[in-house]
Amino acid sequence: MSHTATEPAEGPSKVTLGEQGGAGAIESFDVTLRVRRYLPESSEESYWDEWKITMYGTDRVLDALHKVKWDLDGTLSFRRSCAHGVCGSDAMRINGRNRLACKTLLKDLDLSKPILVEPIKGLPVEKDLIVDMDPFFQSYREIMPFLINKGPEPTKERLQSAEDRERFDDTTKCILCAACTSSCPVFWTDGQYFGPAAIVNAHRFIFDSRDDAGDLRLEILNDKEGVWRCRTTFNCTEACPRGIQVTKAIAEVKQAVLAGSF
Amino acid sequence: MSATADSTIAAPRTGRIDPKYTRDRTKTGNFEMLAWLFMRLSGIVLVVLIFVHLYSNLMVGDGINGLDFGFVAGKWADPFWQFWDLAMLWLAMLHGTNGVRTIINDYAERDGVRFWLKMVLYAATTVIIVLGTLVIFTFEPCLTDAAGNLLQSSPAFCETL
Repeated sequence: MSHTATEPAEGPSKVTLGEQGGAGAIESFDVTLRVRRYLPESSEESYWDEWKITMYGTDRVLDALHKVKWDLDGTLSFRRSCAHGVCGSDAMRINGRNRLACKTLLKDLDLSKPILVEPIKGLPVEKDLIVDMDPFFQSYREIMPFLINKGPEPTKERLQSAEDRERFDDTTKCILCAACTSSCPVFWTDGQYFGPAAIVNAHRFIFDSRDDAGDLRLEILNDKEGVWRCRTTFNCTEACPRGIQVTKAIAEVKQAVLAGSF
Repeated sequence: MSATADSTIAAPRTGRIDPKYTRDRTKTGNFEMLAWLFMRLSGIVLVVLIFVHLYSNLMVGDGINGLDFGFVAGKWADPFWQFWDLAMLWLAMLHGTNGVRTIINDYAERDGVRFWLKMVLYAATTVIIVLGTLVIFTFEPCLTDAAGNLLQSSPAFCETL
């Protein structure tokens, strides 16, 4: 370390870090989180559980659930995978509206009242916020959500014009979180309705110029539990965390069924 | 090697779905589509039928004060209004019945309740449509007694017939 003698020692940093922008600048607040619990091992009855926690301005409802699960009550159960609004695992009913817990900032909610978190409606609750998604995916499978092309298999990718791609662009955004289907009052009644999500994903292929099985899907959705059970209440459009115009897509499928019949 | 014998792999948790979610595969043809279409078309026609009906009954001439037995009799002496009211009766009844049918389908929880509510609905509809149609076509404003004299309550225009 002889060379240190010839070089002047580095002085203290001349950059002053103010209070602003630091971790301390993020506002914090106390929130009351009220979660609908259902623990089939201990009771057949569901009940409300409540926690008072200190959270920050950058936190989402999912962070509050994490805080409870990791620090306060490990028995709380909910689904989440990516935690960034892409996987569609954490759809839940927050203050009476279907949302993704990972896309709902706490500061956007009314914090003067408890935040109500319930499982999505219309599907059997398995535990706490976890519902059985099988009936939902059953309907999804029935509309054949995959490309069907009767032509010879091409040696390169199937080309499509920008206009043809634009035709079904909106419905490609679906992440199958079930927020729409479980917000639909028709689906709540008996669970027989195909539901908005299945119709949206059928729309994605019906209006795809590369797909040849549109008629088959229209026939499936011409069922008495198909598109005609839609009452255009727009709950699905309001619930969609991806901003898909769900009711519009259903209306387009209705028109396509009509056009194919006359 | 028995696993390879099955050509399809069962979907995860197959058979575990609550049976209430399983749709029965009996096709109903295009009935629901036609019912949906009928609701839209009859709705548009009914708007015209009903507002012209209201205007001609309540606004023209003496307006609401001119409404009486004789007014109705005079209207139904004209085949145009007979047809108008017949169309209004049929379309309104079928439109309303289909609407209530939809509500029953949505809200009745048990199949038996659903079936009987719809039977009551259809019976009521049939009675009203048949009765209404009969009244429109067999309405006789100038009633006479056994001797062939006009009854006191007959409207004024019967004297001139």
